[in-house]
Amino acid sequence: MNEIVIEPNKNLKQVWQELWSYRDLFYFLAWRDILVRYKQTVIGIAWSVIRPLMSMIILTVIFGRLAKLPSEGVPYPIMVCAAMLPWQFFANTINLSSNSLVSNRGMITKIYFPRIIMPTSGMVVSLIDFLLAFGILFCLMLWYGYWPTWKVIVLPFLLLLAALASLGVGYWVSALNVKYRDFRHLVPFVIQFGLYVSPVGFSSNVVPGKWKLAYSLNPMVGVIDGFRWALLGKKVGLYLPGFLLSIGIVVLIFLSGVWFFTKTERGFADII
Amino acid sequence: MSEVVKVENLGKKYIIGHQKQRYGDSLRDAMTHTARSIWQRIRHPLSPNRESIDLEELWALKDINFEVQQGERLGIIGPNGAGKSTLLKVLSRITEPTTGKVRIKGRVSSLLEVGTGFHPELTGRENIFLNGAVLGMKKQEIKAKFDEIVAFAELERFLDTPVKRYSSGMYVRLAFAVAAHLEPEILIVDEVLAVGDAQFQKKCLGKMDDVAQEGRTVLFVSHNMQAVKQLCRIGILLKNGSIAYNGMATKAVEEYLHNDGASTSLSNLSHVIASLPADPVFKFENIKITQKGLSVDIVENGKPLEIAVQYEVFERTMGLRVYFDLCDTDKTILFRSFHDEDNNGIPTVEPGRYLSKALIPKDFLAPRNYELRIQSTIYNVRVFEPKEGICIKFNVARTGMSNRSYLSEPIKGKLAPFIKWKTSKTI
Repeated sequence: MNEIVIEPNKNLKQVWQELWSYRDLFYFLAWRDILVRYKQTVIGIAWSVIRPLMSMIILTVIFGRLAKLPSEGVPYPIMVCAAMLPWQFFANTINLSSNSLVSNRGMITKIYFPRIIMPTSGMVVSLIDFLLAFGILFCLMLWYGYWPTWKVIVLPFLLLLAALASLGVGYWVSALNVKYRDFRHLVPFVIQFGLYVSPVGFSSNVVPGKWKLAYSLNPMVGVIDGFRWALLGKKVGLYLPGFLLSIGIVVLIFLSGVWFFTKTERGFADII
Repeated sequence: MSEVVKVENLGKKYIIGHQKQRYGDSLRDAMTHTARSIWQRIRHPLSPNRESIDLEELWALKDINFEVQQGERLGIIGPNGAGKSTLLKVLSRITEPTTGKVRIKGRVSSLLEVGTGFHPELTGRENIFLNGAVLGMKKQEIKAKFDEIVAFAELERFLDTPVKRYSSGMYVRLAFAVAAHLEPEILIVDEVLAVGDAQFQKKCLGKMDDVAQEGRTVLFVSHNMQAVKQLCRIGILLKNGSIAYNGMATKAVEEYLHNDGASTSLSNLSHVIASLPADPVFKFENIKITQKGLSVDIVENGKPLEIAVQYEVFERTMGLRVYFDLCDTDKTILFRSFHDEDNNGIPTVEPGRYLSKALIPKDFLAPRNYELRIQSTIYNVRVFEPKEGICIKFNVARTGMSNRSYLSEPIKGKLAPFIKWKTSKTI
């Protein structure tokens, strides 16, 4: 028989063990969030395609047509789309996970489960959206007759990177949101802001050389550059120091997020 | 038999803030506050920290020690605010203890609420799976029991309707059905059984009995003393966050009901009486509320309740009457009774000291809160002070005969007289 010891503190190993034993609940919560996401909407799941499509069109018109920014020799829509997909995945995950604890208040005060399941399930939901929206990119590439090279095989790794970055931020924000509801107002604003700070609507080569490394402190710069490099073939290079710096930042954000979350999670029921 | 739950020196502290009145809980406030206190620190490094004065510690639980053996049924009782719910929350790991340790061996399911995790947009079918997972069931387990759960809830036709379109009764039935099919090794149940319709409650109490028969352990919090006595073998009485009694359930219930709490309204009457304004005709001297000669904290409806009023009359008065109103908590009078009801004509009271006793029979009060208002008057002339009567609030526990075969069913109505029925077969 397994024994549970309830003490004021628990260690990291216990955290992972517990997470594993609650995998069924994790599955059902993610499944619930996916089912609920587009209930009682007319066009339903099509929303997950329409939103990135519209954003892509707008960004292409503004940055490509009006501002006439360079496009690395690939069609501008494809360049934007390759960045838009990971960006929306990142932004959606943060959005969903940061409110996940507060909007599931009833469950948190009435039942025990490793709380980290809640923000993580938000990531699964946006992952589904991401995969569906990938169809847009596929169609665009077909339209322009543009074929990716062998480099696409690193895509899963890049996706993992985006997932870890968004989860790290999600853990921080959701835990802070329990005590300080300010984050509910802050997050949408910062995400909107981030869209223009990250190289979504333009190529990161627009940034002057001496600022490039500093620019990569934004973890999404590495992820987005990676996506473009993997999808857009020979013409797009990868700025390796910046990419490695971004990976380092992502790992740091993720681990510190897990640490902060597990440190504060047991007090959630008292203050939520 | 081995112990499956072991609680050592458990304590739970809450900080209740007067702090909040000074600065709110938003980030900006916290930041400006922190900045200000750092500035204070720099300017007056040796002055005591003024902030700590505003914080008050509240120990919701303190020094809790107990053990539960496997297959044991433990009832946890105590007045409101004694820490019962906090204890259950700590045991179900919802909130962490401040001090001490709990060891639990086995799979725990806690039922602090029914329908936790239900999502209104999802259908009944989907919610069964979701709620089952929330309560700690594995996917295979839920699948295996799915038909049983649906049959229990009697909702076959509405399985694919979103639960937001359910009536509240249907909603509760579905939630109960899932909960009733839990098969944990240790079951922690709060007062959840108090909601839902009677038939369902009976089903659930029965189910809990089965659970314990199968060697599972049950921890049960309730205000229904009969249910605790019936279901639990051992009991813990909590008072102000500490264990006041730990032993047999029946003893714990007795202890709870016969406690001489000095602060309760029933035993604090002399103070009220002493503060009444003087009257040239009439004076209340003492009022005693007892059961079988003992003063009580909580009235049992299985025993008669005696109201004894001592008073002095200074002038010969015609139509002087002492009476009481038994009121609902919203001050509705349930009935009124006078001390001279069995007289013909209006009697005259001579000067002197009197003792009038009234007996509310057993099996008459319902398990609920009442107010007793004791008053005196001169018929058609005036009412003596206090005009609204000497108000005594009391709580009745269910130990009586009425509806005793259906203990899980809450008693309907403001009174619960035990009426004699006679039923015979006519054909």
